[in-house]
Amino acid sequence: MADATVNAAMTGPRGPKPKKAFSSTNIIIYGTLLVVCMYYLLPLYVMIVTSLKGMPEVRLGNIFAPPVEVTFEPWVKAWSEACTGINCEGLSRGFSNSVWILIPSVIISIAIASVNGYALANWRFKGSEVFFTILIFGAFIPYQVMIYPIVILLRESGDGITWFLRIFNEDASAFRLMGSLSGLVIVHTIFGMPILTLLFRNYFTSVPEELFKAARVDGAGFWGIYFRIMLPMSLPIFVVAMILQVTGIWNDFLFGVIYTKPETYPMTVQLNNIVNSVQGVKEYNVNMAATLLTGLVPLVIYFASGKLFVRGIAAGAVKG
Amino acid sequence: MAVTDTGGAGAKRPSRLFRNMSAKIASIPMIFTAVVVFIGCTIWTIYHSFTRSRLLPAPEKWVGLDNYERLWGENRWLISIENLAIYGACSLILSLTIGFVLAALLDRKIRFENTIRTIILYPFALSFVVTGLAWQWILNPSLGLQNVVRQWGWESFTFDPLNNPEIVIFGILIAGIWQGSGFVMVLLLAGMRGIDEDIWKASRVEGIPTWKTYIFIVIPMMRPVFVTALVIISSGIIKVYDLVVAQTSGGPGIASEVPAKYVIEKMFQAQNLGLGFAASTMMLLSVLVVLIPWAYLEFGGKKNG
Repeated sequence: MADATVNAAMTGPRGPKPKKAFSSTNIIIYGTLLVVCMYYLLPLYVMIVTSLKGMPEVRLGNIFAPPVEVTFEPWVKAWSEACTGINCEGLSRGFSNSVWILIPSVIISIAIASVNGYALANWRFKGSEVFFTILIFGAFIPYQVMIYPIVILLRESGDGITWFLRIFNEDASAFRLMGSLSGLVIVHTIFGMPILTLLFRNYFTSVPEELFKAARVDGAGFWGIYFRIMLPMSLPIFVVAMILQVTGIWNDFLFGVIYTKPETYPMTVQLNNIVNSVQGVKEYNVNMAATLLTGLVPLVIYFASGKLFVRGIAAGAVKG
Repeated sequence: MAVTDTGGAGAKRPSRLFRNMSAKIASIPMIFTAVVVFIGCTIWTIYHSFTRSRLLPAPEKWVGLDNYERLWGENRWLISIENLAIYGACSLILSLTIGFVLAALLDRKIRFENTIRTIILYPFALSFVVTGLAWQWILNPSLGLQNVVRQWGWESFTFDPLNNPEIVIFGILIAGIWQGSGFVMVLLLAGMRGIDEDIWKASRVEGIPTWKTYIFIVIPMMRPVFVTALVIISSGIIKVYDLVVAQTSGGPGIASEVPAKYVIEKMFQAQNLGLGFAASTMMLLSVLVVLIPWAYLEFGGKKNG
């Protein structure tokens, strides 16, 4: 006992030097991070505060000041009364359009991409890697290059389908892909494909090959293995893909502007039209409420999903 | 994004046409997207950039480089290009610097790391339209930030980028950085975490200060991550469209126009398709300038070695 104490006294304390909680480095690190966090939170705070004020209070003016009198009227107005030009029905229609674009787009794009990824990982055929490489490089082509030919493709295939339907029923109404929600769904499926296929392909490649071989020996085919083995195993990657697609499609603006018409505008387009409308007096509180309403869906998904969101956005970036 | 060749059982199977039929049928959407949309539509646009087409369908007439000459003679396009160059250079430098510094700070085994990361990354989940409108409001000269600082007593304070043609692109830059730098941070942080702990031990034994370790050891080791980040940020910069539409609508005047917006307007509002195709082909060209060296570095070496 005494020896040990003497020894310890001779060699000094062992282990790393205990850190002081308030070392100057720590103060600098936490101080910087505090300022940074405030900068990132500031716009969200300003939006919330502004959307809860009445217009007189907004005009008097300090955008950073919390509301003296909290009112939810701007939110109600943004949802059901805000105007784009002469049309005054608020964001609610844009919201329901966005939902009707979102649901089929997410389901179809994930279904197609997961099967593609599965075929690429487990059922390669001659040329499959070539198509995949084209797909990945295609993701870097600016959308502007492909947008106009796609307009023509959609218009022509809509006419083709109409012609086909009229073989059976002469009175069939004209089927339209251009300007309709189904056309936009196709566009979202196409442009979501590179990243989703990459995601699923990398995931299915990491599934142990023995599992696949055992199922083959048992006589399972392409679809049997997909539905009975791969699908149940890959729930997490489906969630990641869903987060990626829901936020991506909800936030889309470009395709919404081009492939839909005013009645089917998604929420982002309608929001822009409401806020940047030149007519009437600017109601900043209503604008901010509308902006928050549009941002709400991705924000809720982001805060609820946590690390899965990070995994999703990093999927295309981190080397597979 | 590297193509790893850890094959499934399918790779070993003989590949006659009807062998593996289900997989081929299942891949039709991918093949269609790759061949018809990505290759076909791109070639279509490039071809039509050499024709005179104001409104399709119309008889096309081959006009050679006419559209390109008109494009480069137009002031609006030149402003777009200049804006993209300024925005692009600043955005690359700033988001990489800010992203790296933030990643290094978070890498210092701090408390509340998850909370801080969540806060810094949340703008990335938002739409560019939302970001643009939020910053439009904050930068509002009569009621926004400028007004608040004046109220605090600094009467001559002027910060009104969105109404000043000279600096409007920097107003957009502030919003762009706010939205995108968190993503760069997450990327770089992931790369930083991949560095062996022994490197840090070694540099501590040598007595090298932390900041020097970061600059002279960590950054060179993170080269692949930086390259990936660079490619992703640049392809995002060329696509900048909704942010500008929401924040300034290209104004004041045409001072904050960008190529992506120029193309959409020529095609769908000005009904001048030839110019739109030529401009979008120029956009493609600028992507290739970034992409080809990257692809060469990434995949070229692997095939040779």
